[in-house]
Amino acid sequence: MLGEGIIQGLLETARNFFGSYVDKDRLTTVQYPEERRPLPEATRNFPFLLYDGPDPDSGLRCVSCQICEKECPPRCIHIEKSKDKKPDFVGKQQFYPAVFNIDVAVCMSCQICVEVCPFDAIRMDTAFELSTTDRFGGLLYTKRELAKSNEYYREIHPTEAAETDERRAKELADTKAKAAAAAAAAAAKAAQATNPAAAPESATQASKNGAAAPPSANGASAAAKTDPAKPESKVEQ
Amino acid sequence: MTTAASVDQVFVTLKDWLVFHTPAGFQALVSILLTIIPIIVIFPALFAVTTVLERKGLGRIQNRYGPNRVGPFGVFQPLADAVKSLTKEDIVPRAADHVVHYLAPLVLVAASFLAYAVLPMGRNMVAVNLDAGVLFFFAIGAGTELAVFMAGWSSRNKYSLLGAMRAIAQMISYEIPLILSSVAVIMMAGTLSTARIVEQQARTTAGIAHWYAFTPWGLAGFILFMIAATAETNRSPFDLPEGESEIIAGYFIEYSGFKFALFFLAEYLEMFAVSGLGITLFLGGWSSPVSLLAWIPSWIWFFSKLLVMILGFIWIRGTLPRLRMDQLMNFAWKFMLPMSLIVIFSAGVWRFLPHAVAGSAAIGLVIRWLVCALIVIGPYVLLARTLEYGRRIEKRTYRYAE
Repeated sequence: MLGEGIIQGLLETARNFFGSYVDKDRLTTVQYPEERRPLPEATRNFPFLLYDGPDPDSGLRCVSCQICEKECPPRCIHIEKSKDKKPDFVGKQQFYPAVFNIDVAVCMSCQICVEVCPFDAIRMDTAFELSTTDRFGGLLYTKRELAKSNEYYREIHPTEAAETDERRAKELADTKAKAAAAAAAAAAKAAQATNPAAAPESATQASKNGAAAPPSANGASAAAKTDPAKPESKVEQ
Repeated sequence: MTTAASVDQVFVTLKDWLVFHTPAGFQALVSILLTIIPIIVIFPALFAVTTVLERKGLGRIQNRYGPNRVGPFGVFQPLADAVKSLTKEDIVPRAADHVVHYLAPLVLVAASFLAYAVLPMGRNMVAVNLDAGVLFFFAIGAGTELAVFMAGWSSRNKYSLLGAMRAIAQMISYEIPLILSSVAVIMMAGTLSTARIVEQQARTTAGIAHWYAFTPWGLAGFILFMIAATAETNRSPFDLPEGESEIIAGYFIEYSGFKFALFFLAEYLEMFAVSGLGITLFLGGWSSPVSLLAWIPSWIWFFSKLLVMILGFIWIRGTLPRLRMDQLMNFAWKFMLPMSLIVIFSAGVWRFLPHAVAGSAAIGLVIRWLVCALIVIGPYVLLARTLEYGRRIEKRTYRYAE
């Protein structure tokens, strides 16, 4: 009958109207500033710099290799390398960024900087309420604003952070083992040198070869030896 | 004068008192101003209330909250909207016809306001008691069509022109059933004066008022009138001239800021005016349906009826999807027009059937009711079957898409 569907439709909307006052489950709207949904773990928007320990200046993982700066498609990263060096987490002397700026107005959140970083120094953040009254200076984040602790990283991306921490712990252990082996070899060499006291040139030659050879011949030792080799080891993992 | 009657006439007495205390030379002017200013204040205020009611109501119909940020439960939303529309830039297209483009919203709002002149909003509360009140109302209503076409044409925009063309086609098509369904009332009342039509409906028999909506032809006429009124005011489901999803905003696409707000205001003013006319013609205007409730002031009756009509409009808007152009025209010419002619016929039968059968007015009323209802319902069923013939609505199957 003509008009029957209209009556049915009117009843349905009336049911919705009164139902929304009675049944709170009908209202799916999240009242955003007061109510918040937890972010999914895969959330990402803009990069930040990781540091270990309590101090963002000394603990910053970035060694100013500038790979991210070169890889960044919209070129939103600006790095100036330091003149001096300071030790990284395994104790190796490294440069550090004197200036590290990211213009988040330019950043397109592609995560390529994170993919290419050999030092696990840059990661994607989840903070999204970044509005500011100054659209130039306010959106240009400096090294100090970008530096965030590893604890924060564990909080926002637990799975990723655990994986990174595990790899870094292994790397540190390998380096220590290698250092210990090298020390042992050096001690043995020194003992050998004191006993025969004969050929110093051949002894140093032997210690050089021996330092690389004894510890486990896996990829990690090769990766730990030279920095540029590290991205490859990451790819394998 | 009893208390109820003096409360009922409070605005009339107040106006008379104010006019009486002005100098003799200004009395006519003050009387006119005191008639016009309340209309110009109250109906835009009602517009503000309606916008927030509509947004809240539509929200709830769609299981949302609706506006709830400005003030408690979002009641001050109209203020925020007003500030926004007043502070927005007024952009006029370079190719537009500037004069006509400027005049269109003004003409539209003026025409919408003029329609209120003949609406009786309470006992003795009609701005101008014209003998041809209903005719005046429809004549002024045609002025809005002119304004809509001015807006669409002068903007020099494809979409606005399309919207204006659609609006003209729709308004002219639906003006016919709108007027024909009120012709039945005019026939029965024997007058075109809105105030007299209401007075006739305010009479009571056995405590029940003689509203025309209480008769079978009046009820059918009222439904037809309201459908045609929805189309006349471009409200959903007849909002093709605006059609946000097809032609963006139709005839007022090139308007921004306060002019846009004026179009919006005019649309709502038209809706109130035509609802007011529907109330006047079919729902007894300011009269109460039963004499038991006659102590409630007449203006409260009018405005509460108006509010119910507005809620009905909102409900319809939240329920029905927009018609297609051919559906719109088919509906107007193949359904609305024959049905309104049948309503006129039914009204004539109602008038000329004997009012008392076997000496009893009650039996006569029942017989008249049944005969007139049959005259309306029979053709309705036949028309509905004809229109639906060969148009089975089934689940659509896709040959290639799945």
